[in-house]
Amino acid sequence: MANHSDHAEHAGHPVVPVRTYVIIWLALLGCTGLTYGVALIDLGPWNIVVALMIAFFKMSLVVLFFMHVKQENNLTRLFVAGGFVWLLILLALTLNDYMSRGWLPEGHIWRPGP
Amino acid sequence: MADQAADLNPGTLVEHEHSPFLRHHFEDMGQQFESSTLGMWVFLLTEIMFFGGMFGAYTVYRSMYPDAFASTSRHMIPWLGATNTAVLICSSLTMALAVRSAHLGSRKLVRWMLVLTMIFGLAFIGVKFTEYYLHWKDHLVPWLNFQYPEHPEFFYNAQILFCFYFFMTGFHALHMFVGLGLLSWLLIKNETTLFGPQYYSPVEITGLYWHFVDIVWIFLFPLLYLIGAHG
Repeated sequence: MANHSDHAEHAGHPVVPVRTYVIIWLALLGCTGLTYGVALIDLGPWNIVVALMIAFFKMSLVVLFFMHVKQENNLTRLFVAGGFVWLLILLALTLNDYMSRGWLPEGHIWRPGP
Repeated sequence: MADQAADLNPGTLVEHEHSPFLRHHFEDMGQQFESSTLGMWVFLLTEIMFFGGMFGAYTVYRSMYPDAFASTSRHMIPWLGATNTAVLICSSLTMALAVRSAHLGSRKLVRWMLVLTMIFGLAFIGVKFTEYYLHWKDHLVPWLNFQYPEHPEFFYNAQILFCFYFFMTGFHALHMFVGLGLLSWLLIKNETTLFGPQYYSPVEITGLYWHFVDIVWIFLFPLLYLIGAHG
């Protein structure tokens, strides 16, 4: 957490060394190569899982370091986390509907009354 | 009270000297900075939901027509997509360095980092529109000239993927144009305003926007270009 005791003189986060940004940049480039490489190997249904896991990792690096969420105050962090929870609700409830269609066998349709 | 007096007569500085960039409804520069970043994040949350809806619809249709979607990968140009991913990641680095330079108060470095970011951004758009042109030549644009002779059974369902492709990358490209506009504005503002440790929030929140657009592409690249690359 950033120290905000010196509000009046200084706004914003502590300055991050250039080295940190360069390391994150190299990691992001490496992950892009990894995504491409893994896509060429046939992993069946796991291809998309691995691709999304790498993408999620890359996103975390960008959000934490380039977007400074690592140094942000808790209120901003809560908002960022809230955004992802809401996205999760959007995706989970949509897929919950589409994925579960046809799970009940033919004839097992719920009907009201006797 | 002191702030009110300063508002009525801006030339007078009361009690202690305020930064000229402090708006009267904020306590101090720290609070103003935190409000700016929080506000930008709230806007970015609406952007997450905007792109999230498209990603959700994409997931549903891909699960419905996996073979038709996979058949389109032979028309994508993954190495161009990967190049563009790398270009955007480089632009995010130079953007982060522009924010850092603004924070440290180096007008010259801010100028060059912004110019570099814009060059990367324009390179991305150049590659993107080259791809659009190649897709047009290959008759892959739904409604306008779509042909799919090698898989006639996927003629309709493959068009769904190409609709997603053009809409999602199109909205992403639109965001790139907006980002380039914001960078041009910053480039001009940088010449008249000396950013420094007290005041650099315009660069910081433009950076937040630019990095967000980068993140959208980080997900678009594997989902659109690498569906059936191993096939």
